[in-house]
Amino acid sequence: MAAAGKNLNPGAEARAKKGWLKASRWLILRRLSQLVVLALFLVGPLADAWIAKANRAMPVGEQSRITQVGGVPSAKSDQPSASAARTAATQAEPWWIVKGNMASSLTLGVLPLTDPYVLAQQIAAGHWPLTTALIGAGIVLVFYLLVGGRVYCAWVCPINMVTDAADWLRNKLGIKGGARFSRDTRYWLLGATLLVAAVTGTLAWELVNPVTMVFRGLVFGMGLAWGVIGMIFLLDLLVSRRAWCGHLCPVGAFYSLLGFVSPLRVSAANRAKCDDCMDCFAVCPEQQVIKPALKGADKGLGPVILSGNCTNCGRCIDVCARDVFQFDIRSHNTSTPGVIKKREVLP
Amino acid sequence: MAEQQQGKGMSPARRQFLTDTVRTACGVGLVALGLGLYSRNTRALPAEAIRPPGALTEHDFLGACVRCGLCVRDCPYDTLKLARPGEPVTLGTPYFTARDIPCEMCPDIPCVKACPTGALDPKLEKIEDSRMGLAVVIDQESCIAFQGLRCEVCFNVCPIRNKAITLEFRHNERTMKHAIFIPIVHSDACTGCGKCEKSCILEEAAIKVLPMHLAKGMLGRHYRLGWEEKREAGGALVTPDLPHQYNLPDGMRYEHGGRGLIQSPTAPGVEMPSGPALEAIPRRGGGL
Repeated sequence: MAAAGKNLNPGAEARAKKGWLKASRWLILRRLSQLVVLALFLVGPLADAWIAKANRAMPVGEQSRITQVGGVPSAKSDQPSASAARTAATQAEPWWIVKGNMASSLTLGVLPLTDPYVLAQQIAAGHWPLTTALIGAGIVLVFYLLVGGRVYCAWVCPINMVTDAADWLRNKLGIKGGARFSRDTRYWLLGATLLVAAVTGTLAWELVNPVTMVFRGLVFGMGLAWGVIGMIFLLDLLVSRRAWCGHLCPVGAFYSLLGFVSPLRVSAANRAKCDDCMDCFAVCPEQQVIKPALKGADKGLGPVILSGNCTNCGRCIDVCARDVFQFDIRSHNTSTPGVIKKREVLP
Repeated sequence: MAEQQQGKGMSPARRQFLTDTVRTACGVGLVALGLGLYSRNTRALPAEAIRPPGALTEHDFLGACVRCGLCVRDCPYDTLKLARPGEPVTLGTPYFTARDIPCEMCPDIPCVKACPTGALDPKLEKIEDSRMGLAVVIDQESCIAFQGLRCEVCFNVCPIRNKAITLEFRHNERTMKHAIFIPIVHSDACTGCGKCEKSCILEEAAIKVLPMHLAKGMLGRHYRLGWEEKREAGGALVTPDLPHQYNLPDGMRYEHGGRGLIQSPTAPGVEMPSGPALEAIPRRGGGL
């Protein structure tokens, strides 16, 4: 917290030294990734709406509509207009890249993907899903087991942009302190959501889950979901730093469980170069994960950030003027060979 | 005493840890309780919201549907939509409003095929077997057919024509010379697609699709219809009625369901007593 206060402009040194682009590249890539994921889901609906609009302007479409409304309404005469609409719909098929939303989707008509956390709620609620959903969840699980569970949070989840914006503004306005609650609250919430699903037999958490609500809203129509975005923003801005993603969100908690084994990790490989500027602490959404890796050399800890709650966002790599951090493999958790390697065996 | 000692022996860190844990647990417990109660409140589906074909019963559906919208995407007629925050339908679940866009009953049922979880039952193979709801002629006072006017639009647009909705002819008591064409819905054929509700010519539809549990009554479970049981069993299941014993004057007998009161020709001397009670007895065929 104190670190955040000191660094009202974290990353300034890195930008001056490495240039703006190099000091922001992971952030830019991350925003790109978030937007591309969203775009993949939106191409279909937008193209569909465009085709529908074009169809409505066409006289043939107009004719079929009239037949449907005013024509002799027998089952036979209804058929042509119905099949015409059907053809228009099939013409739109190729435009779909990804159908559905984050809970479950179908890519290019073949690849099913299902959110394993939503599926876990479903199973807790007492419904065994079809093979499609199980395969989809399996693919997602394997992916995040490889790249790090909370890569979902940093690179995919649309709420991340909201909470990052809130944190940025919190820094700019110099808002400090606020409510304090444990970062483990999210695991309690994760358990509670599964328990409530089991007790009520419904996916109760999905009634309020801002993550799925906002993504579904962006793809299928927002309704009052804007209000939820506002609530999360204000929570992170005024109530507590990184309150949602860093303390409460059970979706992130679920994915963090996959991060404890993933090979892809951030490593403070050049930690000897660290000059304690605290910029990485200031930007990190999960500050507690840095210390053991960056400052653990004396205690015999390796430089790889092992915590499943590291989101692999790479912001620390960006803002470090001395290039202490880099993406690395979990097994490279040995620092300078010799001295520390021996110590590592001890605990 | 013992507790005090324990309290003294507890390190501040341990005490802090326990306090924090209890605090978090209580907070999360409250959230869970609120969530559970809220989920119970949202379980009621508004009558005008109809689930897609093959949807499990509402309770099972809410435990099975992951709110992904794949059924919505594969619906070629934009019939289905996902409930948005603020709408009275459970958040994110698919439904349609018959009066806006009814179900066109695609024979290949793409919405069911799209469902990855089985919330829309893949066992539904023929769309005619789906029961999304049941059409009910809900207001006979405004339905113009009941006024003796020719309409029959619901009858004609019905995809299961002349089975799900049939016309019953009644005498028009007002004009005394025309027929009234009454639409009658049959639950053994109606899928609840809602085309009738969509096409009803009234400003507010007189025929509406309702969820099954609202549309249907149910006979008491112990009830048996005698004639049905008799037909199934191939004979009466109770002791057959004894032939009725009539107490009539000599030479008279009574044929129930037949000729009525009969005077036997073998006793010509008997005179019929007269009186209003006897006059009321039907005397068909035989007689005086």
